[in-house]
Amino acid sequence: MSWQKTAWLVGAVAIAAALPFFVYPVFLMQAMALAIFACGFNLLLGYAGILSFGHAALFGSAAYVCGYAAKAWHLPTELAILCGTAASGILGLVYGILASRQRGIYLAMITFALSQMIYFICVQAPFTGGEDGLQGIPRGTFLGIVNLSQSLNLYYFDLGVFVLALLLFWRIIESPFGQVLRAMKGNELRTVSLGYDVDVLKLVCFAMSGAFSGLGGSLQAFALGFASLDNVQWHVNGDVILMTLLGGLGTFFGPVVGAVLVLSIQNYLASLGGIVTIVEGVVFATIVMTFRRGLVGELQPRLGRLLRAWTRRGAVEQASVDIVPGAKQPTDVAGSRSVA
Amino acid sequence: MFGIPLPILLGQLMLGLINGAFYATMSLGLALIFGVLNIINFAHGALYMMGGFFAWILLQYFGLGYWYALILVPIIVGIIGLVIERLLLRHLYNLDHVYGLLLTFALSLVIEGVFRQNFGVSGQPYDIPTALRGGFDLGFMFLPTYRAWVLAASVGICLFTWVVVEWTRLGSYLRAATENPALARAFGIRVPSLITMTYVGGVMLAAFAGVLAAPIYQVSSIMGSNIIPVVFAVVVIGGLGSIFGAVATGFLVGLLEGLTKLIYPPATNTAVFILMVVILLLRPQGLFGKRNY
Repeated sequence: MSWQKTAWLVGAVAIAAALPFFVYPVFLMQAMALAIFACGFNLLLGYAGILSFGHAALFGSAAYVCGYAAKAWHLPTELAILCGTAASGILGLVYGILASRQRGIYLAMITFALSQMIYFICVQAPFTGGEDGLQGIPRGTFLGIVNLSQSLNLYYFDLGVFVLALLLFWRIIESPFGQVLRAMKGNELRTVSLGYDVDVLKLVCFAMSGAFSGLGGSLQAFALGFASLDNVQWHVNGDVILMTLLGGLGTFFGPVVGAVLVLSIQNYLASLGGIVTIVEGVVFATIVMTFRRGLVGELQPRLGRLLRAWTRRGAVEQASVDIVPGAKQPTDVAGSRSVA
Repeated sequence: MFGIPLPILLGQLMLGLINGAFYATMSLGLALIFGVLNIINFAHGALYMMGGFFAWILLQYFGLGYWYALILVPIIVGIIGLVIERLLLRHLYNLDHVYGLLLTFALSLVIEGVFRQNFGVSGQPYDIPTALRGGFDLGFMFLPTYRAWVLAASVGICLFTWVVVEWTRLGSYLRAATENPALARAFGIRVPSLITMTYVGGVMLAAFAGVLAAPIYQVSSIMGSNIIPVVFAVVVIGGLGSIFGAVATGFLVGLLEGLTKLIYPPATNTAVFILMVVILLLRPQGLFGKRNY
């Protein structure tokens, strides 16, 4: 990691550490949980080019598992989170086994139907509390020392987990594995001909994506103190896509930005009932129709160009951001490179 | 069978068939649209809900009864479908097809939000038209006239669609456009208008199903959200290949639900999805599917 990146990271963490004094901590914790969820989703869609329409179940069921582990088994917070993460990782693997033999729309529908099946299981299973949800999840202590029932303490704990998760995510997408995922998205047949086992790659990707989603779900369970059917509902499948698209598919920070924005929309308009859905739908449709690279995807090349022009550091090759394999992209990123 | 009295068994199967009639009509529309546009119309549930709601609105505010609704509502919703296709969907055809899915999902959010905002989530009752009240005593069970009508009407509309696609000139154009759009265009078939017509046709089927459903289920803004996952599962089980497959699987899944309700009630809602998983493991292309998508 270069010293600039380290400086950015330290600066960002310092700002994040000061934030709870200005913004409601539970909102921030929820935003971090959703951001990790969206990152996990982005790994599949943004990097591997696989559209899952059933990620709500991975997020929501982790919240149940984690909450149940903390409440009924009295596991310490960090172990409960691991339980939730592992459960969703396994569930993600099951998704992969069932769905990854198909592609495109068909895969989306299969994952959608799977998530609906898990929804009905959550409605009826004895440990989820049905319509009432799993109430009163104890926040517990970190390593038996730090009392997490205080929102501020839990916030710093979450922040630590969040930063570690993002670093891990960065490590994954910049590793050879991440490169192969991009290659698979670009041209699957050619990846096979280079000797990579695409089926296994997809399974691993599904499992990782599930684990990240599960980590997000577990953090949310502790932040809110309950796990409910709202998280498993099929609209959440769309929410996570909206977050990722709005922020920018296949960009590192896109899902984080998207998660914060979508959560803000939901919170500010929550009292207005149907309006939230309308606004979300309109934003969603606008993105799909007009700027499919999302906020970060649109701004990053421009900001980068500005910065570079400003520091006169010359053109640094930047990978163009394709969305989904086969998608015909406007070539302004590639075109502008020769200009810069 | 399983120690269940015959009238109850037949009654449940009948209920299953009624549900199946809706699944069949809905998945038929989805299959048609998928065949030509290559997108999955996520807004199908919302348009079905719109069908039910417009029937209710026509009665409530304009005094137009069921039979008018049955004709008018599909036309109104068809026009809305026309606008959606011409204004929005059209611009996504040369992108990856998942964008079509995402756009129609966004539209379904908007439509559902508008109706929820204006009418809430509670159900609005819609009376069965006078001509279809009452029922027949078949000796072994009681069959309400309206249910028989729903069954007949949806089988009728499915047959009608099948005849149009398989036996008319328009249908042959449609099949040509499904098979190879570029070649069909080269032969002078207007594929873009054919695409529009297919979308409108599929949407009209959903609206028709919505009107049929209004007297059975209550009209509510969430009726589309409730049916769409099952319809998707039906499409996965049947495979996206054929019209016949979509219809047959619709009824099959309806019957399966009915039977599950008798044998093991808690699994009623999950049975379809379990069947889907089993089918995926044994025959990934679906029961009637030919190709891999």
